[in-house]
Amino acid sequence: MKAIVTVIGKDHVGITASICTLLAQHNINILDINQTILQEYFTMVMLVDLGACDATIGELSTLLEQNGQERNLSIRIQREDIFNAMHRI
Amino acid sequence: MLNQSEIMQTIQMIDQQHLDVRTITMGISLLSCARSDPKQACDAIYDKITHYAEHLVKTGEDIEQEFGIPIVNKRISVTPIALVAAASDTNDYAPFAQALDRAAKQTGVNFIGGFSALVQKGMTQADRNLIASIPEALSTTDLVCASVNVGSTKAGIDMDAVAQMGYTIKELAERTADQGGFGCAKLVVFCNAVEDNPFMAGAFHGVGEPEKVINVGVSGPGVVYHALQSVKGQPFDVVAETIKKTAFRITRMGQLVAQEASRRLDTPFGIVDLSLAPTPAVGDSVARILEEMGLEVCGTHGTTAALALLNDAVKKGGVMASSHVGGLSGAFIPVSEDEGMIAAASSGALTLDKLEAMTCVCSVGLDMIAVPGDTSAETISAIIADEAAIGMVNSKTTAVRLIPAPGKQIGDMVEFGGLLGSAPVQAVHPYSSALFVARGGRIPAPMQSLKN
Repeated sequence: MKAIVTVIGKDHVGITASICTLLAQHNINILDINQTILQEYFTMVMLVDLGACDATIGELSTLLEQNGQERNLSIRIQREDIFNAMHRI
Repeated sequence: MLNQSEIMQTIQMIDQQHLDVRTITMGISLLSCARSDPKQACDAIYDKITHYAEHLVKTGEDIEQEFGIPIVNKRISVTPIALVAAASDTNDYAPFAQALDRAAKQTGVNFIGGFSALVQKGMTQADRNLIASIPEALSTTDLVCASVNVGSTKAGIDMDAVAQMGYTIKELAERTADQGGFGCAKLVVFCNAVEDNPFMAGAFHGVGEPEKVINVGVSGPGVVYHALQSVKGQPFDVVAETIKKTAFRITRMGQLVAQEASRRLDTPFGIVDLSLAPTPAVGDSVARILEEMGLEVCGTHGTTAALALLNDAVKKGGVMASSHVGGLSGAFIPVSEDEGMIAAASSGALTLDKLEAMTCVCSVGLDMIAVPGDTSAETISAIIADEAAIGMVNSKTTAVRLIPAPGKQIGDMVEFGGLLGSAPVQAVHPYSSALFVARGGRIPAPMQSLKN
C-alpha cells in the first residue's frame, strides 16, 4: 500500500532528517520526495511504500503527529487512494 | 504521480475548508423482528441492530484515520417502525423507540432514524399508534429520530395526517420545553420521502432496500465557498462550472469512503448522497455561498435563483463521480445549522416565506426553523400542507422540521447545541388556517402523477 506523507510548518534544521529516520525505523521505503519553502514555510510531500512496514497506518499517523507537535509541524500520513480519487478520473 | 499542488489542495480542503464525510449510515431491515409480543419484538430489534452495526463506528474511525478524512457521524437507519410494530399486540410504541435508543447507545452511533410511518394515502392502526407515540418516544430517548411521510406525487396529500402532525409537534415541544422544544429537532414531516436518505432526522430504511446497506452523505459548503472566491464577478456559466468541479472532487472522496466502508463491513454499498450540508461553524455555510454569488445577505431578491443554480450544479458535478447517487442530493438549508442562515434570519432578511420559496429549488424543505411557542397546531399543519404541496407538484422531496419553542417570542434565540446550532424565533402569519386544516380528507394527486 502506498501513502502520502505531508509536512507543513516553519522551516528549521533537521525536519527531513528526523522524518526520514522515523520512516526508516518502521521499514518504510520513500519513493518520491517533493519539497519547497515559501516565505519561510516548509512544505514537503512524500510518496511512501508501506508494503514492508511493521506498523499500521493508524499507528504511524499517531507517531508522525507526535513527532510534528514536538517541533511545531503539521505532519500527516494518508492513503494515496484519497488523492487519486479526488484528482484523477 | 500526483503533483504537490493537488495534494496540498486536498489538505487545505480538510484543514481550512471543513471538508468531511458528513455521515456513514447503515440501513438495517427490521422486518424480520415483527413479533406478536411487543417485548419479544423489542428484544429482536435490539439484538439485530447491535449485531449488524457492531463494528460500524470502529470501521468509520479506522477509515477516518487511514485516509485522513474526518467522518463526522456514524448512524443507523431502520425499517419504519410502524411496519415492524404492526404485528405486536400493543398500542404503545414508545418501548420500540426505547429499544432503538439502547441499541444506538450500545453501538456508539450518534443517531438512529426510522421511528417512522408512511401515511401518504392513509393511516393504518399501526401508523396511528406510531404517530400518537411520537411525543413520548422522542422525549424519553436521546438518539432516536422520527419521520412521517404525509404526501407524495403519486398519492397526493393525506390532510388527516397533516392535521394530526400539527398537534404532535406541539405536544412534543411541550414535553421537551426545558430544552427549548428540542424534541422537535428529531421529527421530520415529509412529502416524497426517500428510502435511502443517510441524513438525519429523516433517515429510514425503506421496504425496497436490502437486508442491510451502507449509504454515505458527503458535504463541503466551505469548499464550494472557497472555490467561488476565485471567480468573483465572473458570469454564472463560470460559477456553475466551478461548483460542478468542486462537487465532483467531494463526491469522489465520498464514493471511495463508501466503497471502503461497504467492503470492510461486508455490507452492500447503497448510494452516495450528494448534499451540501452546512454546520454552525464559520466557513461551513450554504448561505455564505449564495452571498458569494453577489447577494448582500441571504434571503434578499435573487436568493432563490442562486440556490437553484447551486443545487443543480452540485448534482451535475457529483453524479459522474459516484456509481450510485441517491438520498436527497442537493443543498440543505437548515436555518439553525448554518452560520450564515442564522445571521440572515436574525437580521430579518431571511423570512419564513422566502425560505418556503427556496425549498422549491433545493433538496429539502423548511428545516430547523424556530417559531413562536404560541403558534397554533393548525398553523403548523398549514405550513406542512404548503410544503407538502410544493413537493407533490414538483415531484421532489420536501420536509418540515419546525420547533415551536415553548415560551419564546419572535427575535428570541433557541440554543440546541452541537451540529444543531441555534435558531432565532421567526414570525409566522398571524391569520388562522384552522378551518382549512379541519376539512381533513386527501388532496388528490396532481396530473404529473399520471405518467403511465
